[in-house]
Amino acid sequence: MELLAFGKTGWGDELFIATLMTIAVSITAMLIGFLFALIFTPLKLSKNKFLNFIGNSYTTVIRGVPELLVIYLFFFGGSGAVMFVASMFGYNDYIEINAFITGSFAIGIISGAYSTEVFRGAIQSIDKGQFEASQVLGLKKFAYFFRVIMPQMLRLAIPNLSNVWQITLKDTSLISVTGLVEIMRQSYIAAGSTRDPLFFYSFAAVLYLTLTFLSMKLINRLEIKYSRGF
Amino acid sequence: MDISLMITSLPKLQSATVVTLKLLSLSLFFGLFIGLLFAILRLNKNIFINKFAYGYSYVFRGTPLLVQIFIIYFGLGQIEYFRSTFLWVIFKEPYWCAIIAFALNTGAYTSEILRSAFQTIKPGLIEAGKSLGISNKIIFYKIQIPVAIRQSLPAYGNEIILMMKGTSLASTVTLMDLTGVAKYIISTTFKPIEVFIVAGGIYLFMTFIIHNIMKFLEKKFSY
Repeated sequence: MELLAFGKTGWGDELFIATLMTIAVSITAMLIGFLFALIFTPLKLSKNKFLNFIGNSYTTVIRGVPELLVIYLFFFGGSGAVMFVASMFGYNDYIEINAFITGSFAIGIISGAYSTEVFRGAIQSIDKGQFEASQVLGLKKFAYFFRVIMPQMLRLAIPNLSNVWQITLKDTSLISVTGLVEIMRQSYIAAGSTRDPLFFYSFAAVLYLTLTFLSMKLINRLEIKYSRGF
Repeated sequence: MDISLMITSLPKLQSATVVTLKLLSLSLFFGLFIGLLFAILRLNKNIFINKFAYGYSYVFRGTPLLVQIFIIYFGLGQIEYFRSTFLWVIFKEPYWCAIIAFALNTGAYTSEILRSAFQTIKPGLIEAGKSLGISNKIIFYKIQIPVAIRQSLPAYGNEIILMMKGTSLASTVTLMDLTGVAKYIISTTFKPIEVFIVAGGIYLFMTFIIHNIMKFLEKKFSY
């Protein structure tokens, strides 16, 4: 137990901060994923063949390639890509991107592919009459989407989004390979310096289990809230 | 874009693909048995057995695969007593550690898939078997299992693809699988995009083949 003490003697405070880091990366990645889903869901639903192709290739490629490979692409290629863009604007110095940004971007793109599929499925399973009714009522596009489609879509999407959240949360453990100090990386450091890997990795597993358990409880509440009247 | 690098790295990545496929097939093979075992335990009426099987799948589905590999590869070697047993022959090899971790992980997911398949079998089928006087054992092997396999094929296909992506984590315990070799080439040449295209292409190709095999099987076993 003294290994987990707070302060200089134990790893308690380090692991606590690492847990907060994991939560921060997961939430950022999830939000970046939503942004991607917001762009790619309309593409996947579009009738234009070319746009449809772009949307489909995004989800197919990202869901068919290992997360670790995507992370390596961003880790090794991220600063190169940013420097290339910067050089077009005449900035030629070396730019290093922060591991937090690279990591949450890589995980965000992955989680976005899953979210896109969830949103597409949810929109497609809304009753066709709802779309027709809002057209007949002459609703403006904005009101039509945010007042009629969105609330129904969310109700259908929440159970599946909770799966996406779990996947995203677990995927953040992979960012440890880039050196970002989240739960996995901190356990690796602690295990290395105390020579007690069994304890620290098991404790990491407990931390992840706690996170998934608590988030399930929260999401269940949301689910109840959004299925009022059904 | 460095086309020549892409061409020269292709043979290296191809031979690494063999490692990935070996890891995948062995862990799926063991995982299927683990999954079937725990699915049957989940359906057991004894509350302790039931809770144990639920706990197993909850823990393995709720923690990242990376943690599981690290516990098995780095963690178990720490126990003095464990090193003196014959099991140490297996657990000192990163290859087998990876396979054990993958098999336990996919076993947890497979048990959930099979359990839900068993539960969605129409009771009429079992009742029909009983009223024909077929013994419970034969009902289980000849009616419940075949129907459950058919029901679970689509979900199991997804699980195979997820597991294929999961095998990339073997590279974290020094195994040179497809991702491991890709990372090695990237870190020596600093050309991430080219290597990503080739390695990602191989992974996509495998996904495509698995997807089509599953589609074929679904058609074959449909009724």
